[in-house]
Amino acid sequence: MALLEVSDLHVEFDTYGGTVHAVRGVDFRLDEGQTLAIVGESGCGKSVTVQSFTGLIPMPPGRIVRGGATLRGHDILGGGRIDGKEVRGREIGMIFQDPMTSLNPTMTIGDQIAEPLQVHAGMKRRAAHARAVELLEMTRIPEPAKRAEQYPFEFSGGMLQRAMIAMALSCEPSVLIADEPTTALDVTIQAQILDLMVDLQRENGMAIALITHDLGVVARMADEVLVMYAGQVVERGSVDDVFYRSAHPYTLGLKAAMPTNQGEGEQDLQPIDGSPPDLFAPPVGCGYAARCPFAMEACQGQPPPVYGIREAADAYDHESRCWLHHEDCDIAAEGVHKGE
Amino acid sequence: MSEAAADTPLVEMRGLTRHFHIGRGEVVHAVDDVSLAIAPREIVGLVGESGSGKSTLGKTLIGLHDKTAGEVIYQGQKMPDRYRPVDFRRYARNMQMIFQDPYSSLNPRMTVGEIVGEGLRLHSDLRGAEARDSVASWLVRVGLSPDHMSRYPHEFSGGQRQRIGIARALVLEPEFVVCDEPISALDVSVQAQVVNLLGELKASLGLTMLFIAHDLSMVRYVSDRMAVMYLGSLVELGAANRVFFAPKHPYTELLIGSNPEPDPVSERSRPSTAIRGEIPSPVNVPPGCRFANRCPKVMERCRTQAPELIPVADEGHGHRQVACHLYDAAA
Repeated sequence: MALLEVSDLHVEFDTYGGTVHAVRGVDFRLDEGQTLAIVGESGCGKSVTVQSFTGLIPMPPGRIVRGGATLRGHDILGGGRIDGKEVRGREIGMIFQDPMTSLNPTMTIGDQIAEPLQVHAGMKRRAAHARAVELLEMTRIPEPAKRAEQYPFEFSGGMLQRAMIAMALSCEPSVLIADEPTTALDVTIQAQILDLMVDLQRENGMAIALITHDLGVVARMADEVLVMYAGQVVERGSVDDVFYRSAHPYTLGLKAAMPTNQGEGEQDLQPIDGSPPDLFAPPVGCGYAARCPFAMEACQGQPPPVYGIREAADAYDHESRCWLHHEDCDIAAEGVHKGE
Repeated sequence: MSEAAADTPLVEMRGLTRHFHIGRGEVVHAVDDVSLAIAPREIVGLVGESGSGKSTLGKTLIGLHDKTAGEVIYQGQKMPDRYRPVDFRRYARNMQMIFQDPYSSLNPRMTVGEIVGEGLRLHSDLRGAEARDSVASWLVRVGLSPDHMSRYPHEFSGGQRQRIGIARALVLEPEFVVCDEPISALDVSVQAQVVNLLGELKASLGLTMLFIAHDLSMVRYVSDRMAVMYLGSLVELGAANRVFFAPKHPYTELLIGSNPEPDPVSERSRPSTAIRGEIPSPVNVPPGCRFANRCPKVMERCRTQAPELIPVADEGHGHRQVACHLYDAAA
């Protein structure tokens, strides 16, 4: 049984302008000790996907139209049902992009870390506070006892992110969800935080779902990768499959848009022309068709199914949501990997 | 080093310094004694962590901050220490800035036509239909349409807004542009669009740029030379590829070593980070080298004596400047 399993998730938001189809059928599973990276541009639905099963989507205007999410077999999407909330609080820890605005400025860091321990683990105030100091120490914050008494404004960005990790780990979750955890940080601090996450994962075997748009961070952290576009997963596979045997034109587009530092020679950046589709009225066919260099007639009118890509032995399936993998398609799409 | 660097510089900073007094006798040393010459048509990339003074340097350079000490020489002419309105009117034609945040740097109550045309109204003789034509042609040049003139900034995406910001800065056809993190707020696919646009405009207009960013790979890609800043001072300066692939200053080495590559195989073999701690406060900076307390190669004298930015041989690639006592003996 998978630790966390999400199936056929559809999330919509009702706004004055109409209904936004933010997530349009996402499936994934996450096992213990595994790191899954969810990659995509802003607005592709990666944050909404994880917020839906952590109970962070305001409803209304949000709506989970279809789909399910289970944690160790327990349903965690079931509306406001108490057991879902209990499981979530104890088993899922979450860290956010902007540590400056995600913490309460009027509470000391120690009290904020102690709060989930009191709520979810039923600890008394004094014990929870002692545990908070231990957690700060575990996230390599110097002078943890003194730091626990301080307020967020007295912390730097990197230290706040460590405090957020301490808070997320307070109930010893089996899943850590990290939504762009290092986007607001400098590269040197980013490297420290990523190292810390890897160390903590090695120590307690938690699974990590890492949301990011930085392919460098993905390459460094991920076992498995989901590439999302316009509310759907367009490619999934092991990190090596997705980087070295990319099977979806969008993944190729993302890679070509970044400088690679492979040698000093001149390299041209290939931007992806246009912008992502309007999710008020998602395209009938493939969401990427309008920007895709290989788009065919079929792509406009028919949503592509998910094709399995045959690979040499690997722990993860490799899949691509693209008509190029149809058995009758004989278009030679340069760079698109079609399987062994 | 590019050939252009041998020419007379277009812009030269000599000992440029900007301090901020924050009360109680405390002084923030945001920019301290920076000397840097930029040749015509050259792109110099400026990198460093947040708080290292990159943006303050850019703003002081074009007169948005007063200078505490030092001078800026533009085409052989000394720029004022403190800009008065008349100075902006005199010099803004030549020096412009593209700002980081395309959301907060455009006035939400002005139309795109007014935003882009404002420079023409203030600094040129173009009026009426002529000015409109110029604005329209700039919108086309940055990949927008003349129809967008009557719209407001909120109607555009981040990438489109950054294009409006670029049109606004370039409508007067300045010779020198400070780009302050022009792509940090944008998605990867859109970053490449904006970088390529800047490259095209550089080629067609002969622009000279100071390109400030914290994305090291992008700065290497865009720039001819790369300058590395730490806590208000330049610590290394040289050809962009050389600084990136063969850094000399221990800080540059750690900074580039922290930059994750989009390549899983090389990332798996990466050693864990050597850099410890965070950038210290620029208030009342310690004597000696500012990087001393984080430096893995720190020596006794680093804590007492500040290293000068000195020329160091760059293994057959022209010269490089490094501010580190490790290279003193070699000099």
